Amino acid sequence: MAVIKISNNKTPIKEQDPKVRAHNFKEVVLGYSLEEAVAEANRCLQCVNQPCVAGCPVNIDIPGFILALKNRDLTKSAEILKSYNNLPAVCGRVCPQESQCEGRCTVGKMKGHEPVAIGKLERFVSDWEASQETINIPEISSKKLGKVAIIGAGPAGLTAAADLAKMGYEVKIFEALHAAGGVLMYGIPEFRLPKSIVEREINFIKSLGVEIDTDSIVGRSITISELKNDFDAIFIGTGAGTPSFMNVPGTNLNGVYSASEFLTRINLMHAYEFPESDTPVRLGKHVVVVGAGNVAMDASRSALRLGAENVKIVYRRSEEEMPARIEEYHHAIEEGIEFHWLTNPIEYIGDDKGNLTAVKCIKMELGAPDASGRRRPVPIQGSEFTIETDMVVEAIGQTSNKVLLSAFPELKLTPHGYIEADPETGQTSIKGVFAGGDIVTGAATVILAMGAGKKSAIAIDEYVKSKKVAR
Amino acid sequence: MFEITSKEKIAAKEYEIWVKAPQVASHAKPGQFVVIRTSHNGERIPLTIADFNVEKGEIRLIFQAVGKTTYEMATMKVGDSLQDIAGPLGRPSEIKKYGTVLMIGGGVGIAAILPILKTLKDAGNKVITILGGRSADLVILKDECEKHSDELIVTTDDGSMGMKGVVTDGMKVLAKRGEKIDHAWSIGPTVMMKFSAYTAKDLGIPIFVSLNPIMVDGTGMCGACRVTVGKNIRFACVDGPEFDGYEVNWDEVMNRLRQYKDQEKISLENYMAKVGDLSWL
Ligand SMILES: Cc1cc2nc3c(=O)[nH]c(=O)nc-3n(C[C@H](O)[C@H](O)[C@H](O)COP(=O)(O)OP(=O)(O)OC[C@H]3O[C@@H](n4cnc5c(N)ncnc54)[C@H](O)[C@@H]3O)c2cc1C
Ligand SMILES: Cc1cc2nc3c(=O)[nH]c(=O)nc-3n(C[C@H](O)[C@H](O)[C@H](O)COP(=O)(O)OP(=O)(O)OC[C@H]3O[C@@H](n4cnc5c(N)ncnc54)[C@H](O)[C@@H]3O)c2cc1C
Ligand code: SF4
Ligand code: FES
Repeated sequence: MAVIKISNNKTPIKEQDPKVRAHNFKEVVLGYSLEEAVAEANRCLQCVNQPCVAGCPVNIDIPGFILALKNRDLTKSAEILKSYNNLPAVCGRVCPQESQCEGRCTVGKMKGHEPVAIGKLERFVSDWEASQETINIPEISSKKLGKVAIIGAGPAGLTAAADLAKMGYEVKIFEALHAAGGVLMYGIPEFRLPKSIVEREINFIKSLGVEIDTDSIVGRSITISELKNDFDAIFIGTGAGTPSFMNVPGTNLNGVYSASEFLTRINLMHAYEFPESDTPVRLGKHVVVVGAGNVAMDASRSALRLGAENVKIVYRRSEEEMPARIEEYHHAIEEGIEFHWLTNPIEYIGDDKGNLTAVKCIKMELGAPDASGRRRPVPIQGSEFTIETDMVVEAIGQTSNKVLLSAFPELKLTPHGYIEADPETGQTSIKGVFAGGDIVTGAATVILAMGAGKKSAIAIDEYVKSKKVAR
Repeated sequence: MFEITSKEKIAAKEYEIWVKAPQVASHAKPGQFVVIRTSHNGERIPLTIADFNVEKGEIRLIFQAVGKTTYEMATMKVGDSLQDIAGPLGRPSEIKKYGTVLMIGGGVGIAAILPILKTLKDAGNKVITILGGRSADLVILKDECEKHSDELIVTTDDGSMGMKGVVTDGMKVLAKRGEKIDHAWSIGPTVMMKFSAYTAKDLGIPIFVSLNPIMVDGTGMCGACRVTVGKNIRFACVDGPEFDGYEVNWDEVMNRLRQYKDQEKISLENYMAKVGDLSWL
């Protein structure tokens, strides 16, 4: 066997200069050219055992789409991707590849080598497809098999809707906000996931015949029993959008935000374009963001782009436990975000007008492992100190959206308040009602939500067919 | 799009509109609100559902022009459409037979008290209503409130209608004559709600207030609307908007309403520079 010669590093990708991008909301990563993409595709070994595929939550035929790209057959490459993943342009940008496909890649296991840049290739191929004049709309069966209601237009709901429409169902999505997309629209910022890409995917789903009813809050604007009467099956993908607060003293001071509010103002309401856009957002000069997940990275980098002089991330654990995508962490460091590990806020301090002026923190150390297997952070007595700040953003997690759940008390929930559903089908405790995505798993990832939508689409098809036969 | 089917000026800078929103109309209950946007660049603002007509599929909104969005609404005409209406939102008022209820409305808050007092009247309560305003022309919906109340008291700061004074003076008059009140509601400017809650507490009357914090989504997903009630942080859009008036941290509510003062000013000035003279509002 000939000695294989592959470059140690991923083919470099063009990015906006950190100094420039820290002041705009345009996408950070600019993408590969065809030649660069082919060069990167050439690093793939086409492994027979396909470890990358096993690492992908929806088992995309990764060597397959990379091989087609290598052969410059982009149409085929895109077809392969689309047959597994309804939102490849999104996933290529936001999946935690380092702990999924790329984390298992054989090349990455070789000494001194980085894995194949699978995510960047996925993004390249799907962006190429979108740039083509003709977009292939798959053939849709003209006979209507039944009617399905989808609650929530996030990745889970959109995926279930698209798959069911392709099978020949009449599908209607009910979305509470004025725009579809879920977290893709209101949470993840423009500089990481341009909204035009999300809109493109949504338009594609509409072109399949899916109807999207925005401003429609199930449980309020329409009841569950109305849905049960009008539809053969229901899929719930309402997500985990309720912000949690640390509940330390001073939480309601002006200047303390949940990341959900801060990011919704910026992304959904375009507050970064104020006053052209009507919705304002506070412009903090000295900003402290609590937490170190993707949400915290997005919040801190957004604050910087709005003009903050400095942005500090405080996290109660250490760098090792940080849950954010590694690429976002690197980008944040390049842009000048400061990280304060093993630090936790214990009080927000304000002036007599209720405006935040400082945050009191305590240093932490890692103790014995907790239930999650991670070492539990414990405060170090007497280590309190204060940071002067005019804006704090708490990004410490979200829980289930309650509006629907409180209107649907029959639905069985888990002890943590999420919907109890079969992981393979999404079947809930109620016949004909399926659920998937963050509302079942708790805050997770786009690809897992999408995968859940796919599985439920199949299960819903089986359910509706069997129901019609029985009749 | 949600079409405006009628529009009327009811006081200086105060307007009433009926808008087509069949889904909201058929599900609305007293005490609930909607979130609206005027255009695709617009802010999401909450407005109380003052009335609804299920057959026509329309809802009634009554608003005071105070900033960019409400000014813009005031310039809209019959046949124009709002970009978005989402709702009904919030928990409906607790309607049951209490006995005698005292309904206190001030300013544009009268629009919010009206649907609740009507329903309480239908539920068999004796309804005593106090409406307050700075002057006679600002006491809106007086006739409608009167029609559904057993007794109506009007208070004005300048004495141009009813008794001279504020709503709490009206409350004290009732207490003095020994009227036994089983429950009260107070909806209006935050200061008015604060002091009517204090007075109610002194008089031993349980009282609901309807808080109006700044909101974004209105569905419990952002926490912008958080208020402290008792020892707990509550989200007014899903846990309220009505809360036990004794328990609200009023100073915090008022501080939080001032959060965007500077930007609100810029927004309105820009708008006025664009559309020209708005003194007719
Ligand atoms: C800031 C941020 C950054 C993130 N970054 C990443 C990342 O880089 N990579 C990654 O993989 N994941 C990331 N995630 C997580 C990921 O976005 C979520 O796991 C995913 O969006 C979940 O999808 P979903 O469809 O279950 O729910 P959501 O995306 O939350 O969508 C749920 C939708 O349901 C609607 N809804 C709720 N209640 C009702 C109702 N009663 N009636 C009608 N509609 C309703 C909501 O308005 C919403 O639009 C991030 C999350 C956030 C918040
Ligand atoms: C549940 C609820 C019901 C309401 N019902 C009515 C009603 O029936 N009629 C009516 O005239 N007003 C009502 N309000 C108040 C109304 O929402 C605000 O007057 C409106 O948002 C002002 O927007 P603007 O752009 O015109 O003014 P802005 O320039 O934005 O603000 C002017 C004032 O309104 C307050 N405000 C600003 N934005 C919001 C917001 N998103 N939510 C709440 N208050 C805000 C500010 O504190 C400021 O004092 C209600 C508020 C709530 C929370
Ligand atoms: S593991 Fe890496 S090298 Fe092997 S097929 Fe997958 S992407 Fe290619
Ligand atoms: S307005 Fe967002 S949670 Fe109440």
